[in-house]
Amino acid sequence: MIQARGLGRRFGEKRVLDGVDLDLARGGFLLVTGPNGSGKTTLLRLIAGLLVPTAGELRVDAPRERVGFLGHEPLVYRELTALENLDLYGRLYRVPERRERIGMLLERFGLWDARNRRAETFSRGMLQRLALGRALLHDPELLVLDEPFSALDEGGAALLDRELAELRLRATFVVTSHDPERVAHLATDRLAFA
Amino acid sequence: MWLRNNQVPALAGLAAVLLCTSIALIFFYAPVDEDGLNQKIFYFHVPIAFTAYACFGWGAWKGLMVLWKRKPGADLESYVAIHQGVIFGALTLITGSLWAKFRWGVWWTWSERQLVLFLVLFLFYSAYFMLRYSLEAGPQRENLCAVYALFGVVLIPISLLAIRLAENYIHPVAFNKHGPQMAGSQFFTFLVALAGMLALAAALYRVELLGKRLDQRLRELREALVG
Amino acid sequence: MSRYFADVAVLARKDLRLELRARSTVPSMLLFVITALVVFHFALPAESSELAAKGMLWVAIVFTALLGLGRAFVAEREERLIDGLLLAPCDRSAIWLAKTLSVLGFLVVAELVALPAFALFFSGIDGATVAGVALADLGICAVGTVLAAMAVAGRARELLLPLLFLPLAIPIVVGGVGASVTDEPARYLGFLALYDAVFAIISWASFEYVVTE
Repeated sequence: MIQARGLGRRFGEKRVLDGVDLDLARGGFLLVTGPNGSGKTTLLRLIAGLLVPTAGELRVDAPRERVGFLGHEPLVYRELTALENLDLYGRLYRVPERRERIGMLLERFGLWDARNRRAETFSRGMLQRLALGRALLHDPELLVLDEPFSALDEGGAALLDRELAELRLRATFVVTSHDPERVAHLATDRLAFA
Repeated sequence: MWLRNNQVPALAGLAAVLLCTSIALIFFYAPVDEDGLNQKIFYFHVPIAFTAYACFGWGAWKGLMVLWKRKPGADLESYVAIHQGVIFGALTLITGSLWAKFRWGVWWTWSERQLVLFLVLFLFYSAYFMLRYSLEAGPQRENLCAVYALFGVVLIPISLLAIRLAENYIHPVAFNKHGPQMAGSQFFTFLVALAGMLALAAALYRVELLGKRLDQRLRELREALVG
Repeated sequence: MSRYFADVAVLARKDLRLELRARSTVPSMLLFVITALVVFHFALPAESSELAAKGMLWVAIVFTALLGLGRAFVAEREERLIDGLLLAPCDRSAIWLAKTLSVLGFLVVAELVALPAFALFFSGIDGATVAGVALADLGICAVGTVLAAMAVAGRARELLLPLLFLPLAIPIVVGGVGASVTDEPARYLGFLALYDAVFAIISWASFEYVVTE
């Protein structure tokens, strides 16, 4: 599903990624590890389609509407409520039975009671959960998660564990984590950055 | 064979020959007009202006190559072309201003459409460099500069139209202008001067491009060494 | 096709709703335009004609628009919210159109106050001027949105936008002032329409490249 040959990306003069080769089959789970600044985020952003390569080739066999991305920013509008945020993305992704799906996700992530509160009132953990909801809203077949466990409290982390386990068979994953052992059991492939 | 390997010196040589010829023609061949010596500036001013347009057009074309065909060298070529265009544009303003001074006694006049147009374009393309320097090298900078270059080339005819329309309500001081009806000999001189300026621009373009590519290569090698 | 406009509607509504909640851009534009008109009163000596004041109206509009445009992509860039929109399956140009429409909305609101204020402070506004303002707004917002996205991509974004925008605004000013002061406004309105058509098309087509990283 994902193929990279000599993939490289530079920012100005700095080469953040260089000569990355990758082959991930559909249904696989790629765990990317490495220290901060080693290019993990850049790789994930390339795969999600937020960056274009400056060297090499990258092929991702999933259309944009089937890709779910969770990055360092939650990508929610502060002045909009949780419900409005998900409704916005739900419309953009043309999610079928939008209202029901949003309601279901909000409940699953323990945000139902806060659904009419503006995102700016949310704690960091709640924002991350809302962001997760955003990423999963359109039932993606490729999930690109950049340190999804960061900012989550124990409850949130347990929630994420459950989601990952449930979605494991239905989607392909590319995940980075500061705590790789947490998801190591799910991984089929590993990529370590120096 | 020699020609292909030594394109830049050949171009420079051609430019030198053409320019020297045109200078000779301007001062010794072309008939002296009632303006006297001042009219000779015209043989520099207009070819320089045309050359500037050509550079901006070339820059826009290369910009299109960046966006459409994604040609790897096109961004640098677009940048260098626009750089040359700004240089020739500045020269246009200077020669135009000199011409106005000798002819009408003022350093600037709003009644000369070409001059006003070049002022607007000079501002526009100067902002190009502001834009370029505010961005890190990469795909986004290439794209943005290419789009801006295309906006510029569309702006040229629209601005010209605007300047013409503005004259209706601005009523600039109407100087007595002679229509540029050129006699054959004048036209020939003009053409040689134009060819010379274009050759000069092409030579400068190639030289700058070589220099910039060398810089780029050097940087890449240094990166590879460190990286 | 209807999906395209549905996306545009969703995004434009989002921008309007955000402004309604944050209430930062439109009030600033309103205050700015009134203040600018007052400054112009002090800047025009007694012998200045009524026409000079009309010209100044256009200066006020252009700079008020700059204020609004400067805010257009700030949130998208600072919190990387643009990523959310780029990930979505909508056409990039739909983002441009939605943003253009929302900035247009803000500018029109500011003008609904500015034009009566101008009539109060200086002289009456005729139909040709209003038509000129309407057409000029389209061009300002179409071009301004692309340039705002460019400016915000680099450093020194507040400084860059006016530099990029003002040369392109010169034809708009010519069209607008011409429509306001001359006896043949139709000519100038036609010119504004031409500007709008040409620049809207290249803005629409080029936005995709402007947001690609």
